[in-house]
Amino acid sequence: MMNRREFCKKTMIVAGGLIIPLSALEVFNPKRLHAEKDGEGKVRWVFLVDVHKCVGCGFCVKACKIENDVTWDANVTRTWVERYVVTKDGQTLIDSPKGARDGFVTQKIDQASHGLKEVKPEEIAKGFFVPKLCNHCENPPCVQVCPVGATYQTGDGVVLVDRTWCIGCGYCVMGCPYGVRYFHPELHVAEKCTLCYHRLSQGMLSACVDACPFGARRVGNIRDPEDPVTKIITTEQVNVLKEEFGTKPQVFYLGSSREVK
Amino acid sequence: MVHGEAWTLKEFFVYPNEYIYWSIQIVMYPFMTGLVAGAFVLSSLYHVFGVKQLKDIARFSLVFSLALLPVAMMPLMLHLQQPQRGIYVMMTPHFTSAIAAFGIVFTTYGLLVASEIWFVYRQFIVETVLELRGKQQRSTVESAQLTLYSLLSMGAMDLSPEALHKDERAVGILAGIGIPIACFLHGYAGFIFGSVKANALWMTPLMPVIFICSAIVSGIALCIVTYIVTMEIRKLISKRKKKSTPRLPSTEELKSAEIQVVTITVKYLVMFLVLAITLELLDLIFRTYTAVKSWDILRSVIYERDFFKIFILQYGLGNLVPFIIFLRPGLTIRRALLGTLLVLMGVFMMRWNVVIGGQAFSASFSGFMDYHLPIWPGNVELFKEGLFGALTVITTPFVLFYLITRVLPVFGVKDSH
Repeated sequence: MMNRREFCKKTMIVAGGLIIPLSALEVFNPKRLHAEKDGEGKVRWVFLVDVHKCVGCGFCVKACKIENDVTWDANVTRTWVERYVVTKDGQTLIDSPKGARDGFVTQKIDQASHGLKEVKPEEIAKGFFVPKLCNHCENPPCVQVCPVGATYQTGDGVVLVDRTWCIGCGYCVMGCPYGVRYFHPELHVAEKCTLCYHRLSQGMLSACVDACPFGARRVGNIRDPEDPVTKIITTEQVNVLKEEFGTKPQVFYLGSSREVK
Repeated sequence: MVHGEAWTLKEFFVYPNEYIYWSIQIVMYPFMTGLVAGAFVLSSLYHVFGVKQLKDIARFSLVFSLALLPVAMMPLMLHLQQPQRGIYVMMTPHFTSAIAAFGIVFTTYGLLVASEIWFVYRQFIVETVLELRGKQQRSTVESAQLTLYSLLSMGAMDLSPEALHKDERAVGILAGIGIPIACFLHGYAGFIFGSVKANALWMTPLMPVIFICSAIVSGIALCIVTYIVTMEIRKLISKRKKKSTPRLPSTEELKSAEIQVVTITVKYLVMFLVLAITLELLDLIFRTYTAVKSWDILRSVIYERDFFKIFILQYGLGNLVPFIIFLRPGLTIRRALLGTLLVLMGVFMMRWNVVIGGQAFSASFSGFMDYHLPIWPGNVELFKEGLFGALTVITTPFVLFYLITRVLPVFGVKDSH
């Protein structure tokens, strides 16, 4: 015969035992996951770069490195600025020394193992700076190729990495046509721009946007028709990078040029 | 230091975060899975299609593919930045990723090879158990052997002709299912590369097929090489032991059996080699002819920077020379060995040129990256992704093969197959 005390004990064990498998059902509830991914939210973050306004000071890169604790001297960066110099004879020279962390301090163009190349001012047809960052694509190839789902897209469109789940295979690094991903030098997991999600979700702006003295970088919500960024994207001539990959990038460029890679 | 910085040399403009992230171990991965698949297909030629002349090498290559199997996973584990999390691929697979199914495909294939081997060896296992049981006095080694073989027999001790016939049918069926799975295992490795749309060199639907054909070529080549080496060792042993045990096959007998097996296997090798080269050339011609946006940079990689690796080492020494060697009449063991070694080198170079070549140019199409294989293992990363890591991967299957053949001998076993 079972007494009351024993009965209560056993009931608790059974109930406790049942919770574990049932909670698993909750975690993997596909309907909920689906709703979270495709839910018609009120926010979809996008980014706007005005190439005309960028002077290549590199404040954005500095701010990003400090804000996001990206190893200062490591030769990787979440965002960077490229300098384009097109000569009169049609040559395009590009560089981004240290991702332009310290700006462009010399007129000579960094050609990596080929050293610095000097271009005389009278030979230059045009020159401009192009800030780059993760495009937070609508159809992100990095999310598609992650074998364990450590890279994911939030409901408001930002692509993030779960550092506790990334196995470090590098497939996402290979899958990104924009070269925005790398391995964290200390944590050894995939790393990328988060659009400063920790700031956005607190009502602040991305660190690079805050740091830009010329307003060349702006972040906005494309689902809000009153957002100034949305207004520019919907009414002016904007461009995106490498559209041919079908990634539907969400970083828009004002005044971009055909030389931009 | 950032992962990849130690062995990447940048030229002109390369995006700041771009490095050669997939290095020697990712070259080893398709090379090793290719060997597994190829070895299995070779054994199936006998078991499924009844190519009688391949009987001797069929058992050999089946066991060899088992020895290669765990090694196909080794380069991946050595490459992962978080190897302790590797199991997540099995636990939480994200099925939109081409890598996610790896665990499933690999496990299925492993089980299939293991069960086929079990059916092939069941008679031998049972006979060994009966023989050991019959002994009055057993040494410690023999007792251990008895336990091991009893476990391996899994209680299926029936040796009646009907039971043996059933074994034979099971082997046929498993080998039959195994061919598409082996091709899938490797075609799938090709898909992992071929589906990377960000990489201009990798992205082609031909990649899986090219990978399968070159896999079979390399698998057969490795089986021939190992077979020849094993036979040479057997010849040496038989020469030495002839006086004490006259029952052993004579050196002459071994020699004639060896050349016969090698000649017929080489024929299949040439067949798949032709197919592999045709597909690779088709890919190259198609790219040259269509000349899409990426062609400018690809052309400078293929025809200029990697010319020696692609046209001299891979196509020249790795394909053309062995082709001539094999097709000239009167094949000798020495020539066959040279040819198959060159074929193996050629397939390895093909993997190298795909994996490293695919990262030899920047996604900006405005610069190049040069790969310097780390030789001296100064730290764990340089060991894992360097020459010594690769050598560890290459030598492991031979050690495993040796260990497996201590339990399941590949020569001198009589069976009904």
